[in-house]
Amino acid sequence: MTTADHAASNPLPGVSTTKFAFWLFLASEVLFFAGLISAYVLMRIVSPSWPDVSELLNIPLVAANTSILLVSSVTMVYALASIEAGDQSKLRRFLIATAVLGTIFVSIQAVEWVQLIGEGVSVSNNVFGSTFYVLTGFHGLHVLIGILFLFLTVYRAFRGRYTRTEHGGVELMGLYWHFVDIVWIFLFTIIYLV
Amino acid sequence: MTETAELSFVRRYVFSTDHKVIGKQFLFTAMGFFTLGGILALLMRTQLAWPWQEIPVIGKLLFGSGGNILPPETYPALVTMHGTIMIFFFIIPILSGALGNFLIPLMIGAKDMAFPRLNLFSYWVMVPAFIVMLASFFVATGPAAAGWTSYVPLSILKDAIPGSEMGQTLWVLSMMLVGTSSILGAINYITTIVMLRAPGMDMFRLPMTIWALFVTAILATFATPVLTAALILMFLDRTIGTLFFAAGEGQVILWQHLFWFYSHPAVYIMILPAMGVASDIISTFSRKPLFGYKPMVYSIMAIAALGFTVWGHHMFVSGMNPLLGLTFMTSTMLIALPSAIKTFNWLGTLWGGNLQLRAPMLNALAFVSTFVIGGLSGIFSAATPVDIFLHDTYWIVGHIHYVLFGGSLFGVFAGVQYWFPKMFGRMMSDGWGRIHFILTFVTFNLIFLPMFVLGGYGMPRRIADPYVYEMFTNLQGLNQFMTYALYVLALSQFILAGNFFYSLFRGKVAGKNPWKANTLEWTLDSPPPHENFEHIPTVYRGPYEYSSPLVSADWLAQDQYLDGTKPPEVMPAPAVSPAAGD
Ligand SMILES: [Cu+2]
Repeated sequence: MTTADHAASNPLPGVSTTKFAFWLFLASEVLFFAGLISAYVLMRIVSPSWPDVSELLNIPLVAANTSILLVSSVTMVYALASIEAGDQSKLRRFLIATAVLGTIFVSIQAVEWVQLIGEGVSVSNNVFGSTFYVLTGFHGLHVLIGILFLFLTVYRAFRGRYTRTEHGGVELMGLYWHFVDIVWIFLFTIIYLV
Repeated sequence: MTETAELSFVRRYVFSTDHKVIGKQFLFTAMGFFTLGGILALLMRTQLAWPWQEIPVIGKLLFGSGGNILPPETYPALVTMHGTIMIFFFIIPILSGALGNFLIPLMIGAKDMAFPRLNLFSYWVMVPAFIVMLASFFVATGPAAAGWTSYVPLSILKDAIPGSEMGQTLWVLSMMLVGTSSILGAINYITTIVMLRAPGMDMFRLPMTIWALFVTAILATFATPVLTAALILMFLDRTIGTLFFAAGEGQVILWQHLFWFYSHPAVYIMILPAMGVASDIISTFSRKPLFGYKPMVYSIMAIAALGFTVWGHHMFVSGMNPLLGLTFMTSTMLIALPSAIKTFNWLGTLWGGNLQLRAPMLNALAFVSTFVIGGLSGIFSAATPVDIFLHDTYWIVGHIHYVLFGGSLFGVFAGVQYWFPKMFGRMMSDGWGRIHFILTFVTFNLIFLPMFVLGGYGMPRRIADPYVYEMFTNLQGLNQFMTYALYVLALSQFILAGNFFYSLFRGKVAGKNPWKANTLEWTLDSPPPHENFEHIPTVYRGPYEYSSPLVSADWLAQDQYLDGTKPPEVMPAPAVSPAAGD
């Protein structure tokens, strides 16, 4: 229960206290990734020996993986739309779909890591390795946390905790999931494409 | 209210979700760390006055095996831990943690923070940070010793200095926890101030203390994550061997950019709340409205916004592109403008006021005057050519202490003595408060004003024995004088501590509003009950209506209804989402 229950007035109609705070949390997350990304950009600009990423990295695989993550954002949108229409079974199905797609994404990322480690790319033999594993790793960690919360949301959906009017949890889950997705689009662009 | 009686001791005083209790927890822990940081300063200054001499009493306790003499490798550890503890475990926790927690709900007319359990968590995540940082004193190689700035590669290469072994890793871990606490606390503060204001409490009716805490929280939300990222990279460099800051392939200067991107705004995290506190206290004890309320608000915003663009002024000698240095120099100097607006507005508030020189007021006035010296000395170091000479000398040490001790700490002294009656229901002795003030204020200037002179002579900071260089041997007398002044200053703090703890139990009972101040917290009992307001008050005016012609008393509370006062528009009730798990 938030203290908002006792508040006399809401200066931002339609925005719950929790949602407002969650936006602030996401803003701080943006700055966290901005710190990591600026480290990556600086190190790459000044590095005398950056490897040819199009040769080293399996770009088709990761591009396919990127589209899986994008599709999971779409299913997340449908999950929210379903509960807004009051459709409980569709909500559950789309939430499960999102969680499964997310799981596929991290699994493929794990496969990619194993391949690279097999080829001798490690965190400590050059700055490419350091930045690559740290950036993709922290993003992967965010996806994993997202999957955990997705399963929690699925569990709550099965318990009937969300209704047509009361579904803030699904909304916040969606915000987080889209955020993680957007961060990946940035990372994919600067690490794999540029 | 009814459930209070049933809460166990642990729920009420240890794992409490009451913002007032959490504020007091921050207050008492911060006071403990203030003592520790002070002891480290005493050791440092003793060494600077009489290098490599036996230290009486304490020396036997700490360095008994080494003939009661400070070991050379310990001095940089003292410097590092003094800075780290005073900044991250004293000033920030006591301003944002203690005053912020205690005051925000009371002053905006709310029953608690927006997320009481998150608030509980942001204190309790500090506890492991305390433990880890304190534990680092007891590891064999000693605590971190690369400075509170922990510049690489000194802090990365484990065999560079003993402190870069285990001590540095513990430092990084502890700082990550401190950062987490800051971010969570800040999100809670912003949400509370935006969403939970009482009816009629428009943003432009907020007391300056709340405005300052609000802008501080915004700074913390946006700057701290960048420090967290940098700390993680340092941690990985030290543990799994990544090469971010490593000499050779890594980027030594990257650490400085990331660190100062946080730590310059952090300077404002440490000073803005004190500015807010001083504004409220000066207005109350001048019995006059704050001069130029809106310019004061906009100045705080301008300082905060500019604060994100100036971090490179710490890096003029780092080999950074000189053209980049020029932009940092310009943006830094611009900060003098909003700072000057604030100073003149404080003076304008005092002008023609009915001054009551109580202890909180004296400390607030000390805040204004020493902040001016701190700020003006900052302009010198902001100018690249001057800074190239002054960099890493005692000038910088003098500057930071005029801002952080002269500014923030006098703000803390003022704020704690001003709100003590509200926190604990009793008054602190004003007489002893004034004696503490005068001793502290005089000795403070005797210690730190000579630092500008030492800096002019080029005496470097962070060096255990400057007199190995012949050019500095003539400075030893001045250093001894400063150390004597510090001893008096340290002893004077016993007056404050004695006054504080005696008044806690035996002070005069305060009543609701001992200072006849206008803000909402003074309408409540001292200390306020659980959940503060039985009925949420309605606010009719700003916080500074002193000596108003509308009433015969020289104060007019924010919630006092006068005939003809327009009632605030009632806004719709908040939509409370079911996900509100906290
Ligand atoms: Cu700075």
